Amino acid sequence: MAAANAAARAGAEVVLVDGEPTLGGQYYRGTPQRVDPAVEHLAESAVWAMEGLRLHIRTGAADSPHRTGTVVDADAVVLATGAHDRVVPFPGWDLPGVYTAGAAQTLAKSQGIAVGARVVVSGTGPFLLPVAESLVKVGARVLGVCEANSGTGWLRHPRAANPGKMAELAHYAGMLLKLRVPLWRKTAVVAAHGTDRVTAVTIARLNPDWTIRATRRIEVDAVCVGHGFTPRLELAVAAGCALKDGFVAVDERGATSVPGVYAAGEITGIGGADLAAAEGEVAGAAAAGSESTKSLTGARRFAAALADAHPIKPGWQTWLTPETLVCRCEEVTYQALCAATDLDAAGVRTLKLTSRVGLGLCQGRMCGRNATELAATRLDQAFFDEAALHRRPIATPIRLSELAETPLEPQEDP
Amino acid sequence: MGLPDVVVVGAGVIGAACAEALSAAGLRVTVLDRGPLAAGTSAAGEGNVLVSDKEPGPELDLALASLARWPELLDRVGHDVEWDPKGGLVVATGDPSLLAGFAAHQRAAGVDARLIGPAEAFEREPQLTRRVTTAVHYPQDAQLQPVLATTALLDAVRKRGGVLRPGVTALGFGPDGVRTSDGVVPCGAVVNACGPWSGAVSRALGAPIDIQPRRGMVLVTAPMPHTVRHKVYDADYVGAVASGDADLQTSTVVESTAAGTVLIGSSRERVGFDESIRVRVLRELARKAVALFPGLADVPVMRAYGGFRPYAPDHLPVIGADPRVPGLWHATGHEGAGIGLAPATGALLAELLTGARPHVDPQPFRVDRPGVLA
Repeated sequence: MAAANAAARAGAEVVLVDGEPTLGGQYYRGTPQRVDPAVEHLAESAVWAMEGLRLHIRTGAADSPHRTGTVVDADAVVLATGAHDRVVPFPGWDLPGVYTAGAAQTLAKSQGIAVGARVVVSGTGPFLLPVAESLVKVGARVLGVCEANSGTGWLRHPRAANPGKMAELAHYAGMLLKLRVPLWRKTAVVAAHGTDRVTAVTIARLNPDWTIRATRRIEVDAVCVGHGFTPRLELAVAAGCALKDGFVAVDERGATSVPGVYAAGEITGIGGADLAAAEGEVAGAAAAGSESTKSLTGARRFAAALADAHPIKPGWQTWLTPETLVCRCEEVTYQALCAATDLDAAGVRTLKLTSRVGLGLCQGRMCGRNATELAATRLDQAFFDEAALHRRPIATPIRLSELAETPLEPQEDP
Repeated sequence: MGLPDVVVVGAGVIGAACAEALSAAGLRVTVLDRGPLAAGTSAAGEGNVLVSDKEPGPELDLALASLARWPELLDRVGHDVEWDPKGGLVVATGDPSLLAGFAAHQRAAGVDARLIGPAEAFEREPQLTRRVTTAVHYPQDAQLQPVLATTALLDAVRKRGGVLRPGVTALGFGPDGVRTSDGVVPCGAVVNACGPWSGAVSRALGAPIDIQPRRGMVLVTAPMPHTVRHKVYDADYVGAVASGDADLQTSTVVESTAAGTVLIGSSRERVGFDESIRVRVLRELARKAVALFPGLADVPVMRAYGGFRPYAPDHLPVIGADPRVPGLWHATGHEGAGIGLAPATGALLAELLTGARPHVDPQPFRVDRPGVLA
């Protein structure tokens, strides 16, 4: 929205392609939003393929038989595809009743539904706090929030001090106190138990590397897990954008390595809604050939400090048993993944095709990073190139009949 | 004089089959690949083991020899590679006489090609379009999962003491061995099995051959109940395989995999090593697939992948010694048929290299034929 607004203000003709039926994305879900009236908002739409600066768009609900296809030739494209929850696997994480923190928050925010009556939230990062708050608001009893890291690492970055952000974090911490939700640091849900659905979890005290020190078991009827975020990079990779440290590489104007393609928000680094909006404004203005006066330095520094304080530590790999599923779509166990890596499956494509990890409906969005980290630990030599993990030339599924009739060129306005 | 130690460059199915055959013959083998194992052309195909698409000639002879070897080879290496002797079904929707004539020709060359009417075709493939005018059933056609097959062959090489070195690039070849990005690997012979990259590697090894890439794309649907039983393709596939035209050609090939997905091919374009997606190609594939199987219209396409087939100017594999550089051998140029032709290629190369009696006539595949020496 920020990029569209900034580009429109700069005088560009703007199309906003939005996967959701209403504006606002995940952060503003349930709170009505507006954009500059000059922006053409394509709701429930997805770019399923990019050929240079030509976008192939499908509009309509995913299950609708009447989706339509359009083609837009742009002079510039701003990618702001965001991120989805990352979840590291543990025994029982595939049981009904185990939710991603994001999914639990979406259900609470958009439909007022609590995922359970007795819930534990587990993972790492400040995002867990508002998730717990949303759950309490819709009537769940949150037994505790497990934060796998100590959560104080950012105090070591005094230069990162950002009063607004600190106040926001303090607000959530205070909120948890008020709601009587304990925050358990250096702690994680390391196993979920139950036959048809989750009935209990094992909570572990963790060492700094996330290996287990001690465990206890508590009864729950739902678990929400979130270990930070994975950027949605398929369009950026399809466009040919260079990556750096797992994110789209951008300059201070949001320009990627591909002329005419800009990027903003979580795909350039996890930083939260405020930073994403500021980046959007800068990239949107740049894409329209203008310039924003916005400075991103302070906000980026804070985001980097926060990310430093909530790393994913390799000790999670010790939580797994041979039977733990690594890839849920294709039901690939940790054991099967190990068997594949023992055949020297040291590349992304080889690993996928020998173990079937990441070949299912989610196309590796959930499991790709976990699987390659597990395999890399097991192998001395690995060639897991970051882009290969996100190479999905068909960015969202398209029905064969839709593809058979998809337009190849932009249509003239009637 | 003893047999030389051999370096095989290229860890795709052809390199793996050569290394397997050489190590089975008792030679010490090192396999190099500049990237991961089985990650190039072998990871980008459908796993075809076909006789149906080949006209009588040397390639068909090699295919028949290979077909006879695959099951025995898989027994020997002992891995599950999703081998499925599902049979092929070639259907015509136009003039039935062309396909019937082609099949008769193949029968004479030893292919089990059974002309069946539309009624039997529908019985075999209930979802098939009713526009089919005639069909040929090829019970010999099979499919396997090519990356599993390649890694299985390489695993056998390793178990016999061979060395696999992914991530090592071959840079040159001399009397002391193969010069690589990670030191010299001593050897008496080197096999260039680099598929579409064989042209570049042959230059590095001192004797250029003309092998070009031909791009192909495959669509993969979401997993679904098993609705396509054979490998089903349109009779126009035969023409596309044998063509050298640079323009886009597509011909419909539809089949299910063990995982329940449906694979839809195939396209052929000469665009160098350009990997960018072309919606025009995907649309063409989708159109023809829906025309052949109208029931697939609502199935979501989950993924598209592409790869590069290696082809020689005369569309025949190149297997044998290079007359210009003693100790240099080539096994490449199998176009889209590398999986199917691998076992006989590996065996033939090992026979020629060890001086054993070749099980197929090596003459048509020799390196010093017109157009191949560059």
